[in-house]
Amino acid sequence: MSADVVIVGGGIQGLSTAVHLGHRGVRTLVIEKDYCGRHASGVNAGGVLRAGRYPEELPISHAALEIWSGAQSIVDDDCGFRPIGRLKIAESDDEMAHLAECAAFVRRLGYDHECLLDRGELRELEPGVGAHAVGALLVPGDGHANPFRTVAAYRRKARSLGSEVREGTRVLGARRVGGTWRIDTDGGAVEAPVLVNTAGAWGDRIAAAIGDPVPLEAVAPMLMVTGRMPTVMRTRIGAVDRVLSIVQIPNGTVVIGGGYQGHADRDTNATTLDYAKLAFNARIAATMFPALREARIVRCWAGIEGHTPDGRPVIGPSASEEGAFHAFGFCSHGFHLGPAIGRILAELVTSGRSNLPIEPFRVDRFAQRG
Amino acid sequence: MRAAIAARRHGADVLVLDERAAPGGQIWRDVETPAFGDARTLGDDYAHGASLVAEFRSCGAQYRPGTLVWDVSRDRVLRIAGDPGAHSVEATRIVVASGAIERPFPVPGWTLPGVVAAGGAQALLKSAALVPAGPVVLAGTGALLLLLAWQYLRLGVPLAAVLETTPRGSAWRSAARLPGALAAGGYVVKGLRMLHAIRSAGVMHLRGVQALRALGERRLERVEYRAQGRDAAIDAQLLLLHQGVVPDVNLTMALGCAHDWDAGQLCLRPRTDAWGNTDIEGVALAGDGAGIAGAACAGLAGELSGLEAAHRLGRIGRAERDRLAAAPRAALARSLRVRPFLEALHRPRDDDRVPRGDDVIVCRCEEVRAGTVRAEIARGAADPNAIKSRTRCGMGPCQGRYCGLTVTEMIAAARGMAQDAVGYFRIRPPIKPIPLADLLALDRGEAPPEVALPGTRAQAPVQR
Repeated sequence: MSADVVIVGGGIQGLSTAVHLGHRGVRTLVIEKDYCGRHASGVNAGGVLRAGRYPEELPISHAALEIWSGAQSIVDDDCGFRPIGRLKIAESDDEMAHLAECAAFVRRLGYDHECLLDRGELRELEPGVGAHAVGALLVPGDGHANPFRTVAAYRRKARSLGSEVREGTRVLGARRVGGTWRIDTDGGAVEAPVLVNTAGAWGDRIAAAIGDPVPLEAVAPMLMVTGRMPTVMRTRIGAVDRVLSIVQIPNGTVVIGGGYQGHADRDTNATTLDYAKLAFNARIAATMFPALREARIVRCWAGIEGHTPDGRPVIGPSASEEGAFHAFGFCSHGFHLGPAIGRILAELVTSGRSNLPIEPFRVDRFAQRG
Repeated sequence: MRAAIAARRHGADVLVLDERAAPGGQIWRDVETPAFGDARTLGDDYAHGASLVAEFRSCGAQYRPGTLVWDVSRDRVLRIAGDPGAHSVEATRIVVASGAIERPFPVPGWTLPGVVAAGGAQALLKSAALVPAGPVVLAGTGALLLLLAWQYLRLGVPLAAVLETTPRGSAWRSAARLPGALAAGGYVVKGLRMLHAIRSAGVMHLRGVQALRALGERRLERVEYRAQGRDAAIDAQLLLLHQGVVPDVNLTMALGCAHDWDAGQLCLRPRTDAWGNTDIEGVALAGDGAGIAGAACAGLAGELSGLEAAHRLGRIGRAERDRLAAAPRAALARSLRVRPFLEALHRPRDDDRVPRGDDVIVCRCEEVRAGTVRAEIARGAADPNAIKSRTRCGMGPCQGRYCGLTVTEMIAAARGMAQDAVGYFRIRPPIKPIPLADLLALDRGEAPPEVALPGTRAQAPVQR
């Protein structure tokens, strides 16, 4: 079995790579150990957010938003993308001053996507906000997409463009033999001139097999969802100093999270929840939007995600082998970036260079530091 | 109740967490305060529950009614909702007596107003003396269907028809197992007596009913079916459906217990040993939650798990446990002999479990139809969780209670896989929806230490 490119990991990064390569006429084989979107890509909170990104991520972040907006033309599906706007709510004057600094900083970089709302403007936009909120930072074009639907759309499109998606197949090892990657899986060996590692929280294992060690921690960000409720909020909600993300999705259920971690076991796919943290998370949410006190919690869960020491993902070519590329360890903000990452990897595979700046995300940056 | 009584008898400290407002479970629901004044109105079997409830009340176990156990962890911490004083309990041993739920009955129109699960209707009968006004059609198979018909007849409720979906020949095939059944005595006689009562009341009773459909514009107007090769219809305002019960496995699934497919009962059941122990240390099962065997067997299994608990807690020795278990174990074995007969007799039709039509709703909460599920299977989905992710099937508040088995069986049938190889939805806590307040109660009051995330101030120093 052979392909032009073997992609390890059937999450949003791998599948969007397959789609962008497919649009360029490159035949790919996606190998996924479970099923596509089983982990972080399928079970995240669906944030499509430029707000609060690191400055070096802003170009990719903006490019990704453009692709989200045009999802229909890329994958024949809008992926449930709704640019309802993102609010970071300040709960004190100090936090408000910080938000003002953020907006000014981003403007100095040449972006105008962030704007400040005072107390009255915030209430006009979100009448249900808690009485203590003093203002907010609004990012109008941000919003959310439906993670499952997105993964399904990219998977479908990848296949219709000639990509093979092999689920339930685990990569056991990879080595380069005479200019060709030989990839051993539990379903037999495959060969390809190019290997793309988009294995998410397992990305370090594939990287290590190639000779690119990366310190990656597997974490389990927790989320919970309520039953269907009347309109509680219009925009996607975040906080300044507190860990919080709230979004009411179109079916009326409210997804509450923000990044409190349970426990992840990468070998069994098991995640364990930490209720004390979830409870604290829920309390913050109910403080921010008091109507949530009446909510019923229907389900709590956690995905498995990879975090690097500097909070930035690994994106780019292997530092030790030809014909290998990485994009993993997205530190809980990869869903939004995914559509652009696929394009970056497709450019790297076909031309050896990317039109977007990826130097800060080099795979060997951790080794250099040590 | 039996497990609690047995464990208490040997001095164990027992706490019983009951989702219901009073002891009795489903079978003896509200038997202490019978809705009809006299519990015997619903039959002697129901009335007999009162003495067990009285014994339970005086056994010395702490009893917390109205308390939902919404999560159990492997280290035996139970998270509970509905109790004003406590939100989690640590236990040395846990006996799960989650009981049974009605098997999904995914036929066209089963979600129409006017189509109700027979078990739900019987619960209203027990708790509120609520009986239907107009003529009732009962359809499906199983002991509860006949029992409810019999109870309605005693209360003067007009029955339009009893449509049994059991193939007409199955009574003969079951008869091959009858010697075992006769040894179990009472069951068969009771069933025949009820059937006789239904027939002699002049109620239309058919066997081998196929292609059951509920039809109506906004609510049920008509029931269509095929019997003896002919299509027929009955006008109806109330259709009660039932095709047996299956273990309520959401708690044991969420806990991660091993489950196996039972080809006789056509359901997944938690793997247990002769004492009801699961593969998770300190967690045992008693009753129909471990596999359907009925109330009498549930009590005997409860007795065994109560003895086992007392033994594991050091209250009685192994020999003492085994000696005391001999009688209930023999009685259990005797009672279980009827099961193969009943399972064959009341086996739900394949088409009534794995819907043929694409229009049939599989997931009631999210209104996902069989065609949508089948399309995903055709695209390669072999894991119920992949279907759940892609279609939202099983993602609603019931957490798959109405569709879990249907999806497992649809995949198994389409792909020629064993049902236990297909598996089941990953069940996430809470196993039933809980008020936010019950979650908030687990908050320790201070911000948990956390890695800083993109977007929070601590992680965005460059932006300052």
